[in-house]
Amino acid sequence: MKKVIKYVIIDILRNKIMLGYTLFLFILSMSIFSLEDNAAKGLLGLLNIILIIVPLVSLIFSTIYVYNSAEFIELLVSQPLQRKTIWMSLFTGLASSMMLAFLAGAGIPVLIYQPDATGFMMILIGELLSVIFVAIALLAAVKTRDKAKGIGAAILLWLYFSLLFDGFILFLLFQFSDYPIEKIMVGVSMLNPIDLGRILILLKMDISAMMGYTGAIFKDFFGTGTGMSLSFLVLIVWIVLPLALSVRNFKRKDL
Amino acid sequence: MIIATNVSKKFGSLQALNNLSVTCNKGECIALIGPNGSGKTTFIKTILGMVVCDSGFITFNGNNINNNWQYRSGIGYMPQIGRYPENMTIGQVFDMMKDIRKASVVLPYDEDLIRNFNLNNLLNKRMRTLSGGTKQKVSAALAFMFNPDVLILDEPTAGLDPVSSEILKEKILLEKSKGKLILISSHILSELDDLVTQVIYMQDGALCFHKTIEQLQADTGENKLAKAIAQVMQQ
Repeated sequence: MKKVIKYVIIDILRNKIMLGYTLFLFILSMSIFSLEDNAAKGLLGLLNIILIIVPLVSLIFSTIYVYNSAEFIELLVSQPLQRKTIWMSLFTGLASSMMLAFLAGAGIPVLIYQPDATGFMMILIGELLSVIFVAIALLAAVKTRDKAKGIGAAILLWLYFSLLFDGFILFLLFQFSDYPIEKIMVGVSMLNPIDLGRILILLKMDISAMMGYTGAIFKDFFGTGTGMSLSFLVLIVWIVLPLALSVRNFKRKDL
Repeated sequence: MIIATNVSKKFGSLQALNNLSVTCNKGECIALIGPNGSGKTTFIKTILGMVVCDSGFITFNGNNINNNWQYRSGIGYMPQIGRYPENMTIGQVFDMMKDIRKASVVLPYDEDLIRNFNLNNLLNKRMRTLSGGTKQKVSAALAFMFNPDVLILDEPTAGLDPVSSEILKEKILLEKSKGKLILISSHILSELDDLVTQVIYMQDGALCFHKTIEQLQADTGENKLAKAIAQVMQQ
């Protein structure tokens, strides 16, 4: 497995898009931090951008990469290698380069300007989101044979997770504003890793007071050790579940 | 060595393989013949596990190939259209394959074809810049490199110039004399005459017949494989 990972990582690192992504994150974080005189404010600004950019790049880059590696995968499948090994190596290679890019691009500025619990939480969430969306991209890519369809599906998934889901939440909140649905909202937020990440970071920033009663309920749940570990568990499930499904699909796929 | 039992495969509504049962033994050199779309490549890909069959099973040396992958270290495969990572050079592809297969290979590497095809001068060329024929040469070199017991060649000479095609034929004859199982699918029947010992004829995914070449000659009264097959097809 190590050998295949090596070739995948070499191939990705040779890709200029990865370098561009790292530089982009770095310049973005540096400029946001130097624009704001208060580092906490800068972190908040960075959070909003990162929650949009990281899933988008992870998802689109990984999907396109899998389609472009079709020849490579075909070559490997005819060799004495387990299909699971090939797929997991692809995942590991993509995930580790995405994590590396995020760490170098956004992690270093955050560590320079805000080296506290909030900053670490931000880096951790960014890393987790990178991996989650690589896993989701692999699932989208293995499910559809057609490249255009697969990339379209990836873009739609991103739209869903970063825009449509929030719209759906707002709709729920307004429709059921007469009912006590705050506790249900905690459950619903688990359905979207981006929202979950946002909540976890916002609560660390201690600005939950601005979110009103819902914020209090969230603080009550996510602020505790159990709530925190449960949310991280859910984030891990968001990695494992799509990955397991994609491995199962890849094992049966005709090449 | 390779035994396929009632193998069926459907691609959508197309029946690519229809209840195919074939036995291939060590030392045989088998020609896989049939019209376009008769399922030759699909059959080859099912042996390699690249296509998963819907029903039936294939055994390699007595082991079911389903969920098994080690058996592929005994197979050298030359695809019909070799597709390689475009950014890699020929040398890198060779090194990568050696790296992946070195655990199970009988050293030294068989680099006859690399020498005879003069691929040594092209090692720094990127795969995307190669012509179809050169890619075929790379595929052939890779198939023979690891001294496999079984060679599966899907249209090996398509796209090769006459000289290279002769070099490849010589190499196949050499490996045949070592008692390996060789499966060749081809449309150029005249080339198979002095190579093959058996013929598998497929049509619409089903096996029409599996005969030794002598038997085929006796049944049709023709000496040349091309004429014998032509006579069979006309019936």
